[in-house]
Amino acid sequence: MTGIVDYNAGNIRSVEHALDAIGVPFVLSKKTGELQNCDRLIFPGVGDASYAMQQLKLTGFDSFLKDWAAAGRPLIGICLGSQIIFDHSEEGDVTCLGLIKGNIRHFADVWKENGINADGTLKVPHMGWNDIAYENGGSPLLDGVPEHSNFYFVHSYVIQPDDGNVVKAYADYGIQVPAVVECGSIAAFQFHPEKSGTYGMQILRNYCKADLSKGDASC
Amino acid sequence: MLKKRIIICLDVKDGRTTKGVKFQNNKDIGDPVEMAAEYYRQGVDELVFYDIMASASGRGPILGLIARVASQVFIPFCVGGGIGTLEDIRSTILAGAEKVSLNSQAVKNPDLIKQGARIFGNQCIVLGMDAAKDDSMPSGYRIYTNGGRIKTELDAREWAQKAVSLGAGEIVLNSIDTDGVRQGYELTLTRMISESVDVPVIASGGAGVTQHLADAFTKGKADAALIATMVHSGGYTVGQIKKELDADGIPVRL
Repeated sequence: MTGIVDYNAGNIRSVEHALDAIGVPFVLSKKTGELQNCDRLIFPGVGDASYAMQQLKLTGFDSFLKDWAAAGRPLIGICLGSQIIFDHSEEGDVTCLGLIKGNIRHFADVWKENGINADGTLKVPHMGWNDIAYENGGSPLLDGVPEHSNFYFVHSYVIQPDDGNVVKAYADYGIQVPAVVECGSIAAFQFHPEKSGTYGMQILRNYCKADLSKGDASC
Repeated sequence: MLKKRIIICLDVKDGRTTKGVKFQNNKDIGDPVEMAAEYYRQGVDELVFYDIMASASGRGPILGLIARVASQVFIPFCVGGGIGTLEDIRSTILAGAEKVSLNSQAVKNPDLIKQGARIFGNQCIVLGMDAAKDDSMPSGYRIYTNGGRIKTELDAREWAQKAVSLGAGEIVLNSIDTDGVRQGYELTLTRMISESVDVPVIASGGAGVTQHLADAFTKGKADAALIATMVHSGGYTVGQIKKELDADGIPVRL
């Protein structure tokens, strides 16, 4: 059974509709106890990182998700959910879940340090369809998805993992933007698979039938 | 590379898709859910639904329609019309929309942009702007509300910049003068707004042929182009438009 974490940070319905469309049974819950026995979790989210962290603490999901990851159980984060599984976010200067080592930084800051976008042609948010290039051998979660397929991105902050080996796919937006990150039983999708048409649905299908091994979660 | 987006707008009135010319004489052109599903199959990048009577009659967002669309269409879509409170925004997002478009209500209560962006993120808050040429305004364009029926004292450029500073993550820029006329987008207006803000700008109003979209992207510097009549009754498919843009060297999602 697949579980969807509902912590009042939006985008829940889209994920539900996508799983319905591909025939995947799921439980959606605001209660940790109702998700405890799931085989895998989907951790969605749109909005502000500090607000989302506050909601996670209120609902008890912060410690639940940390324990889940420590036990090597499968979890994918989507969009904001893909960001707050890292250590820290500049959005509201908030400590996040720390399931994968790294930080979430604003595009403008990362561009500035790399001398990119001095003329301001690149806009924030990074919003729209962008294609992804595979890195570090790609991921089984991308099976059946041709490289350079387009996915729907909406974000102003960008994942900066400590270990570049966890990045399985990049999008190009001034810098190489981590689009798919995988570490042990945890994976992160910066784009919205549930809003990315056929290939997005393929990713959700792959995840819901995959047996993500406990793997090395030292990243 | 980030692609230029083709967005189809469905004006909704009493649960049906409708289309007018210069915001007038609306005609029923079909079921919005069926139309959305067909455009999704054709490869449209995004959809916008406007409840065009909502501001005039005070109705809330059209939640049932949103849920039906969300169950069949797996691309982002935005909903506008009658969204006047944080609760309206929340219910629209929870029904399956990716974004909300604030137009008349944002003019009435700019704080809604700020509050909405704080809770739901800037990327969720789209400013819908209806502008018409007016040489007495500093930028040469004036803002109208309530589907073009009410004239405001807001200058188009100043309002766009203010809304972005409050937290709007995107602007749908509709030219009242060119809406539904199919003679091309208002490129001067589009370029001016696009160069005045650092968020994506969606050109809207006036597309009749693919060249108009190409012009919006190159001359108007738009990030996305909104179309309606071209595909509703103009004989184009999304695939055909994208193929022509691709041949013209515009990056699109094929």
